[in-house]
Amino acid sequence: MTRLRHYLPTIAVAVTVLLAWELLVVAFDIQQFLLPKPSAIFAEFAYQLGLWLAPDERSILFESSGATFWEAIGGFVIGCGSGVLVALITSRWTIISEATMPFAIAANSVPIIAFAPIMNNWFGITNPASKMAIVAIIVFFPTMINTVRGLTLVDARQLELMRSYAAAPSEVLLKLRIPNALPYIFSALRVASALSLIGAVVAEFFGGPRATLGVYITQEASAFDFAKAWTAIMMASIIGIAFYLAVLFLERRLMPWHVSFRVE
Amino acid sequence: MNAIEARGIHKVFNPGTDEEVVALQDIDLQVASGEFLSLVGPSGCGKSTLMRLIADLLPQSSGELRVNGKAPAQARLDRDYGMVFQHATLYDWRSVSKNVQLPLEVMGYAKAERAKRAQAMLDMVELGDFVEHYPWQLSGGMQQRVSIARALVFEPSVLLMDEPFGALDEFTRERMNLELLRIWQATGTTVVFVTHSIAEAAFLSQRIVVMTPRPGRITRLVDNPLPYPRDFHTRSDPDFHALVAQLRDLLRDAHEDQP
Repeated sequence: MTRLRHYLPTIAVAVTVLLAWELLVVAFDIQQFLLPKPSAIFAEFAYQLGLWLAPDERSILFESSGATFWEAIGGFVIGCGSGVLVALITSRWTIISEATMPFAIAANSVPIIAFAPIMNNWFGITNPASKMAIVAIIVFFPTMINTVRGLTLVDARQLELMRSYAAAPSEVLLKLRIPNALPYIFSALRVASALSLIGAVVAEFFGGPRATLGVYITQEASAFDFAKAWTAIMMASIIGIAFYLAVLFLERRLMPWHVSFRVE
Repeated sequence: MNAIEARGIHKVFNPGTDEEVVALQDIDLQVASGEFLSLVGPSGCGKSTLMRLIADLLPQSSGELRVNGKAPAQARLDRDYGMVFQHATLYDWRSVSKNVQLPLEVMGYAKAERAKRAQAMLDMVELGDFVEHYPWQLSGGMQQRVSIARALVFEPSVLLMDEPFGALDEFTRERMNLELLRIWQATGTTVVFVTHSIAEAAFLSQRIVVMTPRPGRITRLVDNPLPYPRDFHTRSDPDFHALVAQLRDLLRDAHEDQP
């Protein structure tokens, strides 16, 4: 009951916005290629869901969503995994991390999505690896930068405590630096979860297999079937939010002690 | 044997630059094994610096320093001392028990032994019912007791305490003082205690080192005539008041010597 009350304002806002949207489209007679009604989008979604669930039918929308989801996940795992790994290696030697950090920070400000056509040339336009590569590069830099920060910005007193125990560097890494870096890593992963889906969809705008969300959206939009395009956008949003929540769930499981999750 | 011996210790920060500071000058000090000794003085008198030299967290500029007859670096490697800082410095991601077990993990004790010792130490500081709690769920005084348990859990022969109760309120502080004396008498550990509270130094220690700043040096070593065990009544004892007055005069005289 208290949970419901907690979410009630959010639900009320969502319902109000959808109702207003529906009424505005009807009242001003807005053409469906400018802005379809939410009811039309939900109807298309229900139709596609029916196709997907039927044993002898195909839903291109759901196949596209699955393909884009795997591109995003694959790139996320490769990019974030190597980001953490490279951070662990560079932070072991202060000289290396100090020498590489300016480049990492500079690279983080580059619009990496501009490399999408290059990746299409390298890996092949229909090969999911070309999209994963873009996603991996996009999420690599924020993950690496944040991890290096978490590993190096350690309270001086906590380091002195370890020194007083004559702890080996590996012990300091395992028992102090890595736990200290976890909140930094997770804040990077949360950003990366959103970035990876954006990266995958936008990379697909530059070309890809038929059954991917980016290609689906561009094709349906150019065919003026905007209810379909909007349904695909909704699918991308659902996947993005689910991905973000999954990271948040993992974060709560791994760091129940963290200040943001404390309940008295 | 003396737990700590210092002869002609100098410590200069930023030597040869405009920011050169003589933190310690001509420090001679012997601390007997099992003794409770306090270093008292105003900020900048070098008392914390002296403690950090003993702990091998800083190197001295010159002079000879021995901890249990060894160079401080060797004493640190042999885990001869436990340290308590002004801030409890607990690890947020570890439960109370796991925080106390931290030094044992680093030192390679077996798991069952670690849990047993941590429980025994936490019982001693009267936190036996809080082993599964996390640091943020404890008050400041309780956190500091955890950090004392953590410093003592591997049974070091020397306990170095750098203003451990400085951040606590007066009531908690007096209770912690009593508790510390009880622990000291139960374990026989040598205690070197840094404080800027004259009353705290007078209440706790057998001997009090009065230090003064610019440059940091030892002004006087004062023997404490008060008998043990000490309790709440000790603070109303005329001898206690006389000692506090004597220490205050020493610190004031030293200040008036300043140019």
